[in-house]
Amino acid sequence: MLDFIVQRLVQAVFVMLVVAMISFSLFQFVGDPVNNMLGPEATTEQRMAAREALGLNDPVPVQFVKWVGNAVQGEFGQSYRMGREVNTLIAERLPATLELVFVSALLAIFVGVPMGVYTGLNRHSFLSKIFLTVSLVGISLPTFLIGILLILVFGVTLGWLPTFGRGGLTTVFGWETSLLSLRGWSHIILPAVTLALFQLTLIMRLVRAEMLEVLRTDYIKFARARGLPQRSINFGHALKNTLVPVITIMGLQIGALLAFSIITETVFQWPGMGLLIIQAINFADIPIMSSYLVLVAVFFVLINLIVDMLYYVVDPRLRIERPASTK
Amino acid sequence: MSTKKPVLEVRNLRVEFPNRRGNLVAVDDVSFTVNEGEVLGVVGESGAGKSMTGSAIIGLLEPPGRIAGGEVWLDGERIDNLSQEAMRKIRGKRIGMVFQDPLTSLNPLYTVGRQLIETILTHQDLTEAQARKHAIDLLGEVGIPSPEKRIDQYPHQFSGGMRQRVVIALALCVNPRMIIADEPTTALDVSIQAQIIKLLKRLCDEHGAAIMLVTHDMGVIAETADRVAVMYAGRIAEIGPVQDVIKKAKHPYTEGLMGSIPVVGHDLERLTQIEGSMPRLTEIPRGCAFNPRCPQVFDRCRVERPNLIDVDRSSAACWLHATGTSKTEAAE
Amino acid sequence: MSSTNTNQASTSPEVTSPDVAASSPRLWRRIYGNTRSFFDGDIFYSFRQSPLTIVAFLVTMAMFTAALFAPWVAPYDTYDLGSLNLMDAYKPPAWSPGGDLNYLLGTDDQGRDVLSAMIFGLRISLLVGFSGVVLAAAFGMVLGLVSGYFGGWIDAVIMRIADVQLTFPAILIALMIDGVASSVMSTQARADFKIYVIILAIAASLWVNFARTVRGSTLVEKNREYVQAAKVMGIHPILIMLRHVLPNVMGPVLVIATLSLAVAILTEATLSFLGVGVPPTNPSLGTLIRIGNNFLFSGEWWMSIFPGVVLVVLVLAVNLLGDWLRDALNPKLR
Repeated sequence: MLDFIVQRLVQAVFVMLVVAMISFSLFQFVGDPVNNMLGPEATTEQRMAAREALGLNDPVPVQFVKWVGNAVQGEFGQSYRMGREVNTLIAERLPATLELVFVSALLAIFVGVPMGVYTGLNRHSFLSKIFLTVSLVGISLPTFLIGILLILVFGVTLGWLPTFGRGGLTTVFGWETSLLSLRGWSHIILPAVTLALFQLTLIMRLVRAEMLEVLRTDYIKFARARGLPQRSINFGHALKNTLVPVITIMGLQIGALLAFSIITETVFQWPGMGLLIIQAINFADIPIMSSYLVLVAVFFVLINLIVDMLYYVVDPRLRIERPASTK
Repeated sequence: MSTKKPVLEVRNLRVEFPNRRGNLVAVDDVSFTVNEGEVLGVVGESGAGKSMTGSAIIGLLEPPGRIAGGEVWLDGERIDNLSQEAMRKIRGKRIGMVFQDPLTSLNPLYTVGRQLIETILTHQDLTEAQARKHAIDLLGEVGIPSPEKRIDQYPHQFSGGMRQRVVIALALCVNPRMIIADEPTTALDVSIQAQIIKLLKRLCDEHGAAIMLVTHDMGVIAETADRVAVMYAGRIAEIGPVQDVIKKAKHPYTEGLMGSIPVVGHDLERLTQIEGSMPRLTEIPRGCAFNPRCPQVFDRCRVERPNLIDVDRSSAACWLHATGTSKTEAAE
Repeated sequence: MSSTNTNQASTSPEVTSPDVAASSPRLWRRIYGNTRSFFDGDIFYSFRQSPLTIVAFLVTMAMFTAALFAPWVAPYDTYDLGSLNLMDAYKPPAWSPGGDLNYLLGTDDQGRDVLSAMIFGLRISLLVGFSGVVLAAAFGMVLGLVSGYFGGWIDAVIMRIADVQLTFPAILIALMIDGVASSVMSTQARADFKIYVIILAIAASLWVNFARTVRGSTLVEKNREYVQAAKVMGIHPILIMLRHVLPNVMGPVLVIATLSLAVAILTEATLSFLGVGVPPTNPSLGTLIRIGNNFLFSGEWWMSIFPGVVLVVLVLAVNLLGDWLRDALNPKLR
């Protein structure tokens, strides 16, 4: 077990280093930070001074180390466009995104998995066919279009739900949440459904495909040959074996949710990280871009690590280092 | 021949697979009986219909395959026309089945004990503790050392031979009357094969179960079976006591089969080889299925399909043994 | 003991069509024979059986044709700024009150015909999507072959990169590449080269699937005896790989390519919608939706909904085809 963790950690560090290098290169080679900060009217002396202050005259490896050191402490410098500290900006926006992703994940998993199980077990039922058709449309609809349609229907035409921004905020232990008020929920529903829909259909199809695979295996056949009741075969043997690989994929889904949250936030003007990064890309705001990159990498690496651990816990085959060799 | 009660009676079984090109007949008019405590071997090449027969008997044919004709009787009761639920109660309890690959036959996520106890409790009204004790005893019976410890281990912690022993334990745990063993040793090392077969035979003797042993390995049959049925292209070519079939084959196909097996100690220039290959199930020739390859073929073989004809203590589906076939006719 | 040929035609085409055999060179004979056996085969059969797939195929073909012949199919040339009439702006679809039969699906804020804009937009969307997939496939297959055949540290490095990349969703990768490229290029260069950047970004997000599949296949073939034999005979390994691995891998690659096409089109549309994709000078469906989105609340819904519908139908059709292809080529399900 121990060397498994170590191996994973080493991999994680490796990924982070690569990302750090990419991020750093962005700073180094893209655009001119001095120009961006001081503007084109600055005098040569001002530029020289700024370069010295920013440490831009040191050799590149030194700069890299300094940069990593800063990054680890959460220091990413200042946004070009807004002139504020990057880490403050991020801290402000993070809760919004995380809450959105959290609610969407719950939606996607608790609706997607049962639907997948049902369609896997009842291949030819009418309801299954409906679910499958809906799922096909679900993966063909781009997230932004879903958002637009939902806004059109529930916001503009029916007027039931608010269509932009976040409402009903309360601060709990420094974390600004909108989940504690009804108004907050009314604001989060449309974006959460939009974000969840794509992942929901993916999860459903995945669970279904996995379930069908499992139902074809020899051990299920043998279970039937032993006269086990269909119920225990379906929900005991088949379900358990289906969920094991699905768990890993679900971890990746959460990552995808983070990525697609960018789109959802744009459509609904949700004040989270996604909106920030889009604006940053449009304005070539390097500090935000590179810090976003690092943050996202941390997030993904963490998720992968957790999923790996989960896999380890759930699948006994991975737990044994030395297979029994006695005959 | 001792008069033993038949445990399993298969009469004119026919298994079909409708597909887009029509109907594929995988098992064609197959009849045989298995008596109490006896081992019936079923041999043939891949695709001859042996496994299909076994699956049909136990009611596990994969759709679109279906039983299109004939009857299956277990202990004097007809079972091929039962409902799903009724058949389920019989499976495991009165007929057991053992498959080829022990690695994939066991659920990797459940301990061996859990799988055993679950099966026992499905068919018998015992407490969990009693079932566990029974399971431990079974593991000991099949030759697993330290069963109290190993009962809580997972399948991947057992070697191939051990796993197949567990599978046998699972099949026998509620004392079925009949076991269908579908190539139980094919996936195992040669050195283990003999052990497993011996174990199977011994346990079935002790528990009073009959065995239908499906395999393509004649050596196993010679060692273990009492009677043997030779299948070809979905039909039975010959069936009879094992020594008769092996030493004095009545059907030219069986003769060819026996001649193609190398025997240690015999000096032979060449092994017998049967010309051609078994026809695809969509292209079975008219008359006797073997006629294109048969060295003793004559006109009738190409036209009429032979039924099983009794010869001595066996039966063979060959016109050579039809009464009234003169020697000159047979010699073309 | 038994024969293993499953696709043996009972008679070769050369025998059944003597005129073809007598007059044409061998290559044509082979093509003819292959085409005939394709239409007789299992794959086409399952195609015929599924009306949904046939519809999907027809829809896709219709869209491809429309896109290919856009300048002739579209009623108006939306790039010709001189032909635009501001007086015709904001017209609703022809069947609504205020609509004009000249502009079947309405016009946008500058008097451009929505139908024509859509057809040209479809063209761009398909162009970018296709190019992205082709690039990803080429790149991925080459890497997969190299990785599988040479093994060792090359394999390790390539697979590590692939694994790392797989932890990030495609959209993020495309976004990052896009963002970086945008920062590097000047505004003028941006407009001209943007489309190549997007194609590159999409390809970068999709190559891994191709690489992995091809690598798997290569690993299997590498150890086969005929490869060893060819090596001994001195045939260049590249030729071995091309002649033997490629045919085996074409089926799965085709499935992945089709499904990737759907993803590529969606990715491009998303990028364009976010404003970092195809610029409005040569809009794709996604760009059109973004522009039209601004007018959604004021009631001019047709500007974004129609391109949206076309986008969804296209992706749906491609997905259906990909799904069918995957089931048809899956030996386990036959």
